[in-house]
Amino acid sequence: MKISKGNMINTVPTVLVPLTSTIPRTSGKLSFKDVLGAIKVRWGIRRNSYTVDPGLYAIGKPGSLSDVFVTANYKLSFDTLRKNLDGLDAWILILDTKGINVWCAAGKGTFGTAELIHRIEKASLNEIVTHKKIIVPQLGAVGVAAHEVKKHSGFSVIYGPVRAADIKNFISAGYKTDKKMRRVKFTFPDRLKLVPVELVNAKYWLIGILIAILFLSGLSKKGFLIDLIWLSAWHTMITVAAGFLSGAVLTPLLLPAIPFRSFSLKGAIVGLLTSVILYARNYLGENVIESLGWFFMLPVISSYLAMNFTGTFTYTSLSGVRKEMRIAVPVQIIAGLSGLTLYVLSQFL
Amino acid sequence: MDTIIYLKNVVTLQLDREKCTGCRMCIAVCPHEVFEIIEKKAVITNQDRCMECGACMRNCPEGVINVNAGVGCATAVINGFLKGTKPECSCSCEKNIP
Repeated sequence: MKISKGNMINTVPTVLVPLTSTIPRTSGKLSFKDVLGAIKVRWGIRRNSYTVDPGLYAIGKPGSLSDVFVTANYKLSFDTLRKNLDGLDAWILILDTKGINVWCAAGKGTFGTAELIHRIEKASLNEIVTHKKIIVPQLGAVGVAAHEVKKHSGFSVIYGPVRAADIKNFISAGYKTDKKMRRVKFTFPDRLKLVPVELVNAKYWLIGILIAILFLSGLSKKGFLIDLIWLSAWHTMITVAAGFLSGAVLTPLLLPAIPFRSFSLKGAIVGLLTSVILYARNYLGENVIESLGWFFMLPVISSYLAMNFTGTFTYTSLSGVRKEMRIAVPVQIIAGLSGLTLYVLSQFL
Repeated sequence: MDTIIYLKNVVTLQLDREKCTGCRMCIAVCPHEVFEIIEKKAVITNQDRCMECGACMRNCPEGVINVNAGVGCATAVINGFLKGTKPECSCSCEKNIP
């Protein structure tokens, strides 16, 4: 199968399909509300219900020769697509991905062959356009088999660029992607944008650890003393927060610059460096045993959080993650327990 | 920066080159430029860059690409382990790609 080129026309259509009330219109301009919504979902607000209704939409004044672009019913995906179609006349076919973005949904199979065929039929796409071609974002290919779609619906899938921002270049290149358009990248701004997502994801974990350590800090030779908790609470919080920052903020941001390939190792190194800095500033424990305990615990917190960034980075394979975890998880458990034991011991000195 | 490589020699991607027809579908869908066409047939030239997404396998009309596809995510592996299922993305990640 060859990727067709140049035979999709994108000039003003000569045949205008009457826009009935069943085909909603959308705009290529994002409103203030759309922009605000995007910021909110990154902080976890309404992320699981940020959806658009699936089905066919019109942007501009599309006709029977206009392009059809497929996307997910996650509103952020839809908004990114229509923003980049601004000024064009096109159709947007939204699949029901349960409010999840194209790549993740394709991995789950909701952005998939069956759903695409179903939506093509439901929208009567063969009566709306005459060209029998649909443009699917490249990352949707994880769930869509182009040859199956062709066999069951008659529509040829053309894989478009990874990033919607390249769509206009893709069109002017004759509906062809070049190497740059096909490559997934993960730049510093991309990583920065994801920090709040990870912060929100790890919040219960962080609060849990903090409460556990605060509780343990009340233990002493004279029994459990609330006053002791207050005394060390500030230092405890600073230290746990530092571990958190090392693993969930510093490691992902500086990732390419940190030695070793394994994420957990990278996180442990950053955690260890943070520990050294805190120790030098007299923040890491009040005696040698407690400091030693933190020298175990802080890198473990950092290592664990960094390891969980394997899912957000776009070059990690399942086989690789499994290999990394087979070593990292036992080490993290042993080091974490050792650290906790030293910490508790130090209370009884 | 352009070519960060994760762990080496772990990826399960395989291609039966003899049966390849050179349709270029794998090249069109691969997000990491793992394949090249040499003498009218596909070749895996960058095995270590593969993230095992499975797009090439799904879109190969001849069915000659094989990979143990899945999501390379520690959280998913932990979730799968706890639930006794395959590693599944809980989709708290947001890549903002339409």
